Amino acid sequence: MAKPTFAMYWAASCGGCEISLLNIGEQILAVDAAFDVVFWPCVADFKYHDVENYPDDYIDLCLFNGGIRNSENEELAHLLRRKSKTLVAFGSCAYEGCVPGLANLTTNQATFNAVYDDCISNDTTRYQQPQVVSQVPEGELRIPVMYETVRALDQVVPVDYIIPGCPPEAHQISAVLTAILSGAQLPAPGGTILGAADVALCEECPLTKDVKQITRFYRPYEISPEPGLCLLEQGLVCMGPATRGGCGALCPQVGMRCEGCYGPLAGQDQGARMLSAIASVVSAGPPGMEEAAQAAAIEEAMATLADPVGTFYRFSMAHSIMGRAKTVDG
Amino acid sequence: MQRITIDPVTRLEGHGRIEIFLNDEGDVANAYFIVPELRGFEQFCVGRPAEEMPRITSRICGVCPEAHHMAATKTLDALFNVEPPAAAKKLRELFYSSFYVTDHTTHFYALAGPDFVLGPDAPPAERNILGVVRKVGLEIGRAVIDARIRNHEIIKLIGGRGVHPVAGLPGGWSKPLAPEDRAHVEEVARKNVEFALFSLKLFEDVVLGNPAYRELILADTFTHNTYSMGTVDANNYVNFYDGMIRVVDPEGNEFVKYHPRDYAKHIAERSEPWTYLKFPYLKGVGWNGFVDGKQSGVYVATPLSRLNAADGMATPRAQEFFEQFYTTLSTKGANGRYKPVHYRLATHWARLIELLYAAERMLELATDPEITSPHVRTPVSNLPREGAASVEAPRGTLTHHYWTDENGILTRVNLIVGTTNNYAPIAMSVKKAAQSLISKGTVVTEGLLNRIEMGFRAYDPCFGCATHALPGQMPLEVVIRDAAGEELQTLSQYC
Ligand code: SF4
Ligand code: SF4
Repeated sequence: MAKPTFAMYWAASCGGCEISLLNIGEQILAVDAAFDVVFWPCVADFKYHDVENYPDDYIDLCLFNGGIRNSENEELAHLLRRKSKTLVAFGSCAYEGCVPGLANLTTNQATFNAVYDDCISNDTTRYQQPQVVSQVPEGELRIPVMYETVRALDQVVPVDYIIPGCPPEAHQISAVLTAILSGAQLPAPGGTILGAADVALCEECPLTKDVKQITRFYRPYEISPEPGLCLLEQGLVCMGPATRGGCGALCPQVGMRCEGCYGPLAGQDQGARMLSAIASVVSAGPPGMEEAAQAAAIEEAMATLADPVGTFYRFSMAHSIMGRAKTVDG
Repeated sequence: MQRITIDPVTRLEGHGRIEIFLNDEGDVANAYFIVPELRGFEQFCVGRPAEEMPRITSRICGVCPEAHHMAATKTLDALFNVEPPAAAKKLRELFYSSFYVTDHTTHFYALAGPDFVLGPDAPPAERNILGVVRKVGLEIGRAVIDARIRNHEIIKLIGGRGVHPVAGLPGGWSKPLAPEDRAHVEEVARKNVEFALFSLKLFEDVVLGNPAYRELILADTFTHNTYSMGTVDANNYVNFYDGMIRVVDPEGNEFVKYHPRDYAKHIAERSEPWTYLKFPYLKGVGWNGFVDGKQSGVYVATPLSRLNAADGMATPRAQEFFEQFYTTLSTKGANGRYKPVHYRLATHWARLIELLYAAERMLELATDPEITSPHVRTPVSNLPREGAASVEAPRGTLTHHYWTDENGILTRVNLIVGTTNNYAPIAMSVKKAAQSLISKGTVVTEGLLNRIEMGFRAYDPCFGCATHALPGQMPLEVVIRDAAGEELQTLSQYC
């Protein structure tokens, strides 16, 4: 029997997803042995038109990482969807836009101004922004247009599975591949999460929660958290309650707040969920306090929370209700 | 003129693209290397809390997130004007040395390997790491995988995560090294030293022992006389974590030595309408186009340039190889320094000497009595305002610069990323490779891409996301146009 076929592609990504995949170590050799690799630009010389010539549904498993930032990303998303039986959004960029999705809070023009005009190290004798078409002495040159909005893969084509994380942790990638290689039945597709937990990160965090209330938040440089105790209850904005478990609570264990890289739980908006988690940890004052005074106490505590939007949606901006907060060109 | 298309491809927007124009005689008039994307971290970081930068900017590059993490962490020290405890600085440097070992290992075997072990004329399909393993044996493949895995474990142990570390804070590091974990770090460092020595031996046997490869290294096609940049310690020895930025001219005289915070006094960036990436150059010399020589502000920032800019290596074994390197490829100038080596392919050798230095430095730090000190944070007491700092990323000096309001919320960000330093030199290498293979309208298509790629690989370029390429696997599209601007040929690789 012919081996199943495998593809991996990166759209707008940092390369960390591929590095994390390589960090599964020698198991990569098992993957290489079990699959017939038919497209993987990072490691082997394949051409796009090879993929175009494959019959539809030819690729059994396609891992797609990176967000959609330009027309090439978008074309490849459509092409690989057509050619793949199973399309996986691999990592936070493909799943939910990730850190580059923060660009949805600004505009290309503002970015160009910051980089090409108002920059301290620029050549002050000339200000030059890139042009889609430009003339050089020898002829004409063209560069691609950048989309204004960073989109997740499922905002462009239907996705069968999602492996969350920035990047997905190697042990989780390994678990998913082991299941696939053993021929185990995967859950029904339709944007289904693989390689992560179905509960919040707090559930797998070994730090102790004391149901303590706080009156203000601290920036990470303002305090040295008590080891062994929940960070949120010490006033650090740990995204644990609003984040899907799966990594093993790596960051809280080295005393750093979870920044939410595994994304929200099913059906939740990460920011909305975090807001309610925060509401429950902020002290509303002593019992019997007037309602107005309670509201004021909460407001005071909230005022110490820096950059709520960029903190709550650090990874999930592409899907967030905030994502439309500016003009969109599509 | 007739249009010949070797490999028809659709216009590939995400790819690094090279446009080669020929003149009326059919020789190369000019070559343009285009970077097709901008990520825009400088702008979308504005409004974020400054202390998040080590974890935000690591997402610029998943290949060297440790470099951004470290540059950002040091920039926070400067921003808050806080001096980390000695133990924290040592722990950071230990972490960073382990990162250098894994990074230089990967790229030596993935970059130099294909060119030297398989030879420059091997078919593209074989010129990759798998081809190298097939040729030199699975044992070496295992050794490379082992080196990666054991160092990624250390990175995770000290930095919190294997990819995109988390522990950097202004004034220190979030977690000390537990005394019970130290012996393991030392063991890894010892293995790293062995592995680095083994790699240098391999280079000596396979490359230096082969006259054809020696000739290739010395070939004019891969030579450029430019300024060299690198970070040096108080003795003018190579340092990756901290020090002064030293620049030497093409003859090896010190041109300038400055504190990293003063980078904007010495470096300017030129933008062109036909690419999203800027071209840094030395302000003190000025921009005179994509040309070699003392009158051109073009400089390089690579393993080779770091050795050129320094007077030696701070660890004993690495110093021995530094001597061997310069006595083999250079001579001493009137100023008593070795003259810089300008053979770009020698960068691979320099990378191995740096690999050995990183391993030896890691061992020194792993056995430092202070390394398990619990005092790894200095409390922050100053108001933030502005800060700039740098590290040597494997692919060049990496500078971060932040401005904030009094609450530490970013108001402005500037970044000069490792590879960006080398944008102009890479463009020059590409042009030279093209010139050597195109003349009087005849294009030697066999080998053109290989040669261009060899020019690239020496710099270990990482345009990361901009061209979605891991270093050394640059997906390239080369368009050759005649004097009238008509497309003659399009070649592509890794697409
Ligand atoms: S809020 Fe953070 S530190 Fe607290 S239990 Fe949840 S994950 Fe752990
Ligand atoms: S703790 Fe949070 S930020 Fe850290 S790896 Fe886990 S999900 Fe990601």
